[in-house]
Amino acid sequence: MLKDLFNKKKKYATVPSDKIKQDVPEGIMTKCPGCKSIIYTKELEKSHKVCVKCGYHHQMSAPERLKDTLDQGSFRELDAEMISENPLSFPDYVERLEKDQKKSSLNEAVVTGEGTIDGYRTAIAVMDARFRMGSMGSVVGEKITRAIEHAHKEKIPFIIFTASGGARMQEGVLSLMQMAKSSVALKRFSDDGGLFISIMTHPTTGGVSASFASVGDFNFAEPKALIGFAGRRIIEQTIREDLPEDFQTAEFLLHHGQLDRVIHRADMKKTLSQVLMIHGNRGGE
Amino acid sequence: MGQRLDFERPLQELEDKITELHAFMEEKNVDLSDEVSRLQKRLSKMEGEIYENLTAWNRVQLARHPERPTTSDYIDRIFEDFLELHGDRLFGDDEAIVGGIATFEGQPVTVIGHQRGKDTKENLRRNFGMPHPEGYRKALRLMKQAEKFQRPVIFLLDTKGAFPGKAAEERGQSEAIARNLIEMAGLTVPIICIVIGEGASGGALAIGVGNHVHMLENSWYSVISPEGAAALLWKDSSLAQQAADTMKITAPDLKELNVIDEIIPEVRGGAHRNVEEQSKAIQTALVKSLEELTQLTKEELVNHRYEKYRNIGQYGFVTDTIGLK
Repeated sequence: MLKDLFNKKKKYATVPSDKIKQDVPEGIMTKCPGCKSIIYTKELEKSHKVCVKCGYHHQMSAPERLKDTLDQGSFRELDAEMISENPLSFPDYVERLEKDQKKSSLNEAVVTGEGTIDGYRTAIAVMDARFRMGSMGSVVGEKITRAIEHAHKEKIPFIIFTASGGARMQEGVLSLMQMAKSSVALKRFSDDGGLFISIMTHPTTGGVSASFASVGDFNFAEPKALIGFAGRRIIEQTIREDLPEDFQTAEFLLHHGQLDRVIHRADMKKTLSQVLMIHGNRGGE
Repeated sequence: MGQRLDFERPLQELEDKITELHAFMEEKNVDLSDEVSRLQKRLSKMEGEIYENLTAWNRVQLARHPERPTTSDYIDRIFEDFLELHGDRLFGDDEAIVGGIATFEGQPVTVIGHQRGKDTKENLRRNFGMPHPEGYRKALRLMKQAEKFQRPVIFLLDTKGAFPGKAAEERGQSEAIARNLIEMAGLTVPIICIVIGEGASGGALAIGVGNHVHMLENSWYSVISPEGAAALLWKDSSLAQQAADTMKITAPDLKELNVIDEIIPEVRGGAHRNVEEQSKAIQTALVKSLEELTQLTKEELVNHRYEKYRNIGQYGFVTDTIGLK
């Protein structure tokens, strides 16, 4: 169609993860938001991007997370070419998508595929908060659903690292329906004995928290991650009272029985490997 | 006729004039019936112009009309033998959601819906129809009960959203909503959902995963309220009217986006103008849906729901992908 000829966004491409790291202009030093110390960026990367002084878990991009979690060279991406359209013809949406595509070198807010963890095959989805705050529109919903279906077909587990502000406003009710879409696929997968591990990272809120993120066979989270349904400001305005400092942190959720464990990033791969081992190969290796 | 909305003011003025003329005719014993019938014709033409060209915001106003029928108004009129059931067996009973067993056209059903209050006192008790986790867990308990006894479940959606509060977060608002989505996906009985007023976000969807989803003509359903969207996107909640339009939240919009099955026509001027007639329209839609869905086997029902939601969304593909290796 003529329209497609002028569609600039179709020119974007995904690039290998190693290249992404070189492309992102990282400073030599990074200031830790946790303890305000200045850390060598290289040092930070060696410690899984966790501050050695205060334990603050710095945000990870999807490529960084995949590298940190999966066996080297095992990742095979699925649906990398999928991109958002503008179903509601929402003003400025296309421009914002293009800006984030440039900024993150990703086509959308989630990277999906399969790889191995200590040799155990698994399907994996990693959300990236740099892209539209990791919000879920049609593409994020579709890619996650396809990753679940891939796990189902291959009889392998499904692991997701969530990082999302919730549903994407610019796709309106279609974003809301992605919660239902991923749920129907998860239910099918689960009924057939599929193993689903959800790891909530900072932040996991709104429609993502209120769908797949909260219904893993295992619900894990990283320390201090913000996890919740409604925003803190909205709650404070609604109930007119100040909230405790640790409100909606991973530790708060653990205390209230919403999580299985809070896991330090240095122990993440080991823990996942342990869960995968206990559940057998499930068609893996 | 009830309370009038701002866009109905011209109608109100004309109606007042007609009433005045009637009074004048009686008082002075003069015949102005020509003038009256002229005005009445104008009124009916104006009604057509206004009600057949409602803006998205007009529909939001109608959906929020203080006299708009609620879930219990419809339960009373559409179902028989309704027996309300309470509690989630875990924490408490959330009156923002009502549910129970009933018969519909002689057939046993479970009916569950968000419940707003009719006045301030009832609204406080029902938390303005904004559920806590225990409300969603009550709904879950009742739908699982319906599944055990193989009766269809009918959900009436009408909420400004799940309640954003401290206690709701502590008790797992996210998990309660997420769990319902999963369980509704797998329920082996027919599920019919009808948006009767406001359908905001996950708080509505948590009882909204159905084989058929219908909307009343002047209801709205979206990822967020128009005010919320305006505040989030443009940092200005006074742009709600514009957001109502941009966000595509009306029944015709959702039909166009393939998210809902049927638009249930409303009484001219809104459901509150005639609850009896509106109830009949809903009843007609329910009969049709049930006839269709009760012919499906358990497995077919679950697959039907799967296919319905699996295909919602719009996306494209880049052509020159290098791909992560």
